[in-house]
Amino acid sequence: MEFFFQLLITGIAIGFLYALSALGFVMIFKSSSVLNFAHGELLAIGAFIFLVLVSWAQLPIPIAFLVTLIGTFALGFVIERLFLRPLIGEALIEVIMLTVGLAAMFKGLMLFIWGGNLYTYPEFLPKGLSFTIGGITIPPVYTAAIIIGLIFLVLFGLFFKYSSQGIYMRSVADNQPAALSLGVHVRRVFALSWAIAALVAGMSGIVLGIINGISVHELSAIGLKVFPVVILGGLDSIGGAIIGGIIIGLVETFVSGYISPSIADIISYIILVFILMVKPYGLFGLAEIERV
Amino acid sequence: MRHLIFHPCGNFNESYEQELNIFETDFGRVSLWVGLFFVFIIIPLLFKTISAINSPYFFYVLNMTGIAAIAVVGLNLLMGFTGQISLGHGAFFGVGAYSAAILATKVNFPFWISIPAAGVLTAFVGMIFGIPSGRLKHLYLTIATLAGQFIIEYVLIHWESLTQGTMGIILPTATIFGLKLDSDMSFYLVIYFCLAVLTWMAVNIVRTRYGRAFIAIRDNDRAAEGMGIPLFAYKLLSFSISSFYAGIAGGLWAYYMISITPEPFNLFLSIEYIAMVIIGGLGNVAGSIYGAVFITLLIEALRWGTETMMNIGSLSGIAITIAPLREFFFGLAIVLFILFEPKGLAEVWRIVRSNFRLWPFSY
Repeated sequence: MEFFFQLLITGIAIGFLYALSALGFVMIFKSSSVLNFAHGELLAIGAFIFLVLVSWAQLPIPIAFLVTLIGTFALGFVIERLFLRPLIGEALIEVIMLTVGLAAMFKGLMLFIWGGNLYTYPEFLPKGLSFTIGGITIPPVYTAAIIIGLIFLVLFGLFFKYSSQGIYMRSVADNQPAALSLGVHVRRVFALSWAIAALVAGMSGIVLGIINGISVHELSAIGLKVFPVVILGGLDSIGGAIIGGIIIGLVETFVSGYISPSIADIISYIILVFILMVKPYGLFGLAEIERV
Repeated sequence: MRHLIFHPCGNFNESYEQELNIFETDFGRVSLWVGLFFVFIIIPLLFKTISAINSPYFFYVLNMTGIAAIAVVGLNLLMGFTGQISLGHGAFFGVGAYSAAILATKVNFPFWISIPAAGVLTAFVGMIFGIPSGRLKHLYLTIATLAGQFIIEYVLIHWESLTQGTMGIILPTATIFGLKLDSDMSFYLVIYFCLAVLTWMAVNIVRTRYGRAFIAIRDNDRAAEGMGIPLFAYKLLSFSISSFYAGIAGGLWAYYMISITPEPFNLFLSIEYIAMVIIGGLGNVAGSIYGAVFITLLIEALRWGTETMMNIGSLSGIAITIAPLREFFFGLAIVLFILFEPKGLAEVWRIVRSNFRLWPFSY
């Protein structure tokens, strides 16, 4: 029974991480309908910028964190400006392939700079975050993951619901020509959503890096794990991303705990195929209605 | 005898049949024969006579290009003509390689049966992963094929009774009509013969009703359905044809490599093939071959660059770190082509040609 609860808690924490990683992905999809295959690389870039600032530049943690956020924000802006903007209005296949190309580019560049090694951050989380409930110890990183996840999810919920930029983003996602004619600056919305998505990705990259260590291969593989999560939850639903993340996290941990760790790697993709066949728009996604 | 057409200054087609002509001009027809002559007679003769270039390495590059070209021609039928993106072709290639290997070792099929059989088996597997295309369109389908890639990779590694897992399988020497294919040269001829036949097939598939239905689905699937094209059946057909090509390529690769393991058939291989299709030109059969040649040469150039740097002692440190830049250049090539020449090398070649033709009034 103790084993079960241990798995349950690990699963939920990992699920929160997946949800957090999926957030940025959903943001981009929600505003510009771009499927971002370079998401894992964005996670890795954030994690590595933080690593450089913390271990090599020896900056204090809060400043390093802030600089990373600013850096990834700017990076998202630049990516949108250089690569995505020329493709507005182009066929979907080209946009998808562009992000695949970007993913290969970023990955190659990061492997060139940092190699395939596993790095770790210096220990900085306060010990007070570690809990013990009924004989089960929750390591501080998991608590941090859940707390950061919750903070961001609430922030995003509020952002989309109340801020004007959030409302612009939703309007662009809903109906681009209508948003344009009502005076929404669509290109700025795209740029902003990429910037925010890169920022969130960078942050989730840091959290992932704290837990698993930082390696280019690991983090970009998690970028692909995002797909089952968002498909399960519905591609354009933030709440869905959270629930999808938690479900996938739980399933993975339980499968690796009770069945076999090797099958846990692909169980999420098996779920993905199943979901795609049964309910392609996910649990909470908006069904696309096509008019001819 | 009819007039040969070499330099038309416009489009003078008078019937739909003429529009279906494979060659716009007789120049194309002539250059095809010249090209075939070059590939099958001149190059083998050159290799026989000049011993300086008669190294396994050159043949290796040539053969790899040929195998990649076969897979890419198939992928182009799916991506360029039917408009369905597959991120699983690396795995389909692997299925082809393993089918050929298993058929050759466990069932003792001869080379000339096991290669087509590998193609057919892969076509079945491709069809299974094409089933989601019945309900899903573009981006959802792309994700489904991505899942297919991972699932097939897993099966190849973990179905040990059949694939021997990471140990790999060692294939017997291929024999065809009693001749042993044990030299690079013989493989070269077989691979390029297959490439020629399969390219010829692809060009003609595109001209038939099936090919035109594929193009209709790509351009507007709703309209295609309205005109009476059963979408699901045709998408599945496209998936299986394209996987058939991947399977043949994989089978040839397995025989050529002699021993196979599951590692090479990863997502990166799928992306490599997609890069070839895009760089060559979506929806252009000849373009797939240009793309395969371009990328293979790019990889070899990068490898050659790093190796020469290794040999210059002082630069060897840099050379080791440069190796992962291969992936970077890949991505860069894809991104640059999409941004600046989305129709790929085939389009560049067309522009160059028409510049010559319209000279001195080219634009």
